[in-house]
Amino acid sequence: MAHDVTATGPGFDPGVRGIATDWGGDKQTFHVPWGKAMMWIFLLSDTFIFSCFLTGYMNVRASTRVPWPNPSEVFALSFGGEPIPLILIAIMTFILISSSGTMAMAVNMGYRGDRAKTAALMLITAAFGAMFVGMQAFEWTKLIVDEGVRPWSNPMGAPQFGSVFFMITGFHGAHVSIGVIYLTTVAMKVLRGDYEKRGYEIVEITGLYWHFVDLVWVFIFAFFYLW
Amino acid sequence: MAQDDTHQEHPLAIYFWIWGLLFVLSTFSYMVDIMGFESYARWGLILLFMFLKAGFIVAVFMHMMWERLALIYAIIGPPVVLLVLIGLMAIEGDYTVLTRLNYFGADTTEFAEHH
Repeated sequence: MAHDVTATGPGFDPGVRGIATDWGGDKQTFHVPWGKAMMWIFLLSDTFIFSCFLTGYMNVRASTRVPWPNPSEVFALSFGGEPIPLILIAIMTFILISSSGTMAMAVNMGYRGDRAKTAALMLITAAFGAMFVGMQAFEWTKLIVDEGVRPWSNPMGAPQFGSVFFMITGFHGAHVSIGVIYLTTVAMKVLRGDYEKRGYEIVEITGLYWHFVDLVWVFIFAFFYLW
Repeated sequence: MAQDDTHQEHPLAIYFWIWGLLFVLSTFSYMVDIMGFESYARWGLILLFMFLKAGFIVAVFMHMMWERLALIYAIIGPPVVLLVLIGLMAIEGDYTVLTRLNYFGADTTEFAEHH
């Protein structure tokens, strides 16, 4: 080595610690609890994942020569009489919206410091979520067992229908299931009084995740089921 | 409330209003299918109700309307570039189907009777 080149400058910290000092810079950008900022950034990345799925769906639906199955008929359900189009999907939509409402109430009760009501509302939200997943399991079973839909083929038309359906609703259903576990965990900790000192931002952060799950469903409902 | 708040506490009434509104809008989007709207009317109405619902959820339930602009732009801004991806994939899908029709012809399998 002819000569040493070493980094110097104001506020220089040698070694790995310097990475944190330089990136940190003693400046806070988002004036919210760090957990909330990180949840928003996670949800932003999740937005890109779901958008890629939906864009991919648009692309395969636009490029197939085979007619796309009519979701209105595929997802019709008969309660003894004439099949009602999309009825189960409509009920699932209303369940998810109801759960978003109870979640918003839970956040509010959290900031009021009402532990029992917060936990109860979060558990009701989780119960709605579990109902949603149950109905989705019913829908998948009906499609796989009765209608013979597979990720690579289906008797109603374009084979891409199956792969798109299982991938998008499966990924969303996984989000709901994880949300149910997340909600239940936080609700139990709320009930136990874990956040009495730390504050109830955690309920709002959990709520962000849950509302996002509802938000994604709005887009799936519009593009996959109604379009 | 807009400045040093980590505390998003708002009157309950606004949540009840939005809650009700989401129910009404969902019913409307379901009606689009039941009433049998077709083509541009159908797509336009689906998009309208979808964006209204999404907007209310993000703005009120997720408290975005009470956050600072630094956070709002950081989260809402990046997804806007997805429009480029959507545009490109729409063009690409169009090209693919034209190529397929050109080389393989229209679909003649048993599915054809559905349209």
